[in-house]
Amino acid sequence: MEHVALWVGAFLTLGIISFLYKDNPWYKLSEAIFVGISAGYWFVVLFWDNIYGKFWVGVFPSDDSGNAPDYWLIVGAVFGILMLLRLISKIGWISRWPLAFIVGCTSGLYLINYFSSNMMRQVQGTIIPLLGTSFDLPVYDIIGNLVIVVGTFTGLIYFFFSKEHKGAFGGAAKIGIWVIMVTFGASFGYTVMSRMSLLIGRIDFLFGEWLGLIK
Amino acid sequence: MSIRTKEILIAGIILIISVIVYLGKVYDWFGSAQFSPTLSVIVIVIIFLALLYILIRTIQGKLIDRRTVFVFVGFAVVLPFFMSITQNIRISPEVQQVYNAMSTLQPGSKVLISFDYDPPSAPELQPMAESFITYCLSHDISVIIIGLWPQGPQQANLALEIALENEAVKAKNPQYGINYVNLGFQTGNEFVIQRMGTDFRSMFQTDYSGRHYDDIPLVKNIKNFSNIDYSFNLSAGYPGTQEWVQVAVDRYGLWMGAGNTAVQAPMMYTYLNAGQLEGLLGGMNGAAEFEKVCGITGKGTKYMLSQSFAHVVVIAFILIGNVAFFIGGRKKKLDV
Repeated sequence: MEHVALWVGAFLTLGIISFLYKDNPWYKLSEAIFVGISAGYWFVVLFWDNIYGKFWVGVFPSDDSGNAPDYWLIVGAVFGILMLLRLISKIGWISRWPLAFIVGCTSGLYLINYFSSNMMRQVQGTIIPLLGTSFDLPVYDIIGNLVIVVGTFTGLIYFFFSKEHKGAFGGAAKIGIWVIMVTFGASFGYTVMSRMSLLIGRIDFLFGEWLGLIK
Repeated sequence: MSIRTKEILIAGIILIISVIVYLGKVYDWFGSAQFSPTLSVIVIVIIFLALLYILIRTIQGKLIDRRTVFVFVGFAVVLPFFMSITQNIRISPEVQQVYNAMSTLQPGSKVLISFDYDPPSAPELQPMAESFITYCLSHDISVIIIGLWPQGPQQANLALEIALENEAVKAKNPQYGINYVNLGFQTGNEFVIQRMGTDFRSMFQTDYSGRHYDDIPLVKNIKNFSNIDYSFNLSAGYPGTQEWVQVAVDRYGLWMGAGNTAVQAPMMYTYLNAGQLEGLLGGMNGAAEFEKVCGITGKGTKYMLSQSFAHVVVIAFILIGNVAFFIGGRKKKLDV
């Protein structure tokens, strides 16, 4: 069985890689198998974890679990069914109710989370003593602090469109766009590393696990 | 001979070679392939000369087919696996920060690891998971595993298998339920984290194998994050480090480090600089650095040579592409 699994894995890996040469039936077959298995897998996972694991077990807990039935889950289940009414065009408008509930809840929750973690804490992290609290920071750290402060400030100026980008303001905006470009460059470098890692993983599988050439 | 016939012929040859090599592996006909240091250097020089040749051809105005780029990247990834040269790995401050945080933990401390990734991200995150668990178990630090991604706990079991084979871990003889536990996957994304902030048991009533929470000695006295000494999140997207920071760190004060895929890592530096994260391992490089600082030789270190070679080739082709672009632009201007 192990041999079959290895050959199937190698067949599908090479099938996907074969797209680099050109689009071909082997690639299409591998892609279709991947999409089909993914869809099936997620259906099973969501059914057993959400519909059965959360709803059914929550509303009808077994005696030995010691848990009381949680009837609030029925409200969620009803909302879930209302969402499916979208498939019936005449009463599809009902699906807007659960959608409104989801949008309202998540935006309320996210507003607090993002405002606290992604705004206030970041502002706090940017307002830093440039030279250290006792003026004892090494030059390297002082330069780092300056980059953070100047980068944040000029980056914000670039996105301020209520004033024309001219003169000193325009110069700061230009520095801001350079900072943003450097950020994109660093991000691209990391993305290359990530994609290469995936390739390295598959190459290790092909030449290591499958063919046994790498120890 | 038509192109289709040639393609089928080449595919057939590759298949026959693969079958022979595979049988060689099964019946142990050949050992593992390894280049000598001299041969490794020769291979590197040949690749360099080939890139130089492409650059010269580009300057002459002869552009290459995109498949040539793929072939070079392929060589750059495959050949280093067979080379007997090592790469110097420098420990970055953010990786050192994770190690320093771990070093402060006393034996018996409890670490929560959330496996929020699936097999596609395993090449980057699995080496981190293996070395992190190995470090914990070999230093008498207890490990509690959960997953907000369905396949996370399975990845955790694979990492545990590797960690338990480590000699230093074997010497400690860690026991399931006492020194480590896998509480499995829980659906609900950040809402799971939020509920864990008040009550772990409400989210993980049983472990991965169905054992009841109160029957597991390691976790039966753990109520919420205040009973956790350090947390480490392995993340490949949503839900992941961002959600853990927003809910567990900022709301409940959990002390946390993270290991992220390289795509995600740049976005986490803001949390690191603001002190919301205690250390960050970014991509395969982060995994290799963490292995080095922990004194473990794992897949991160093994993969890094291929990673570096691939980067050099990509940078070379970016330069070649720019040369082609600027020469093309100049020619257009001259034509006008």
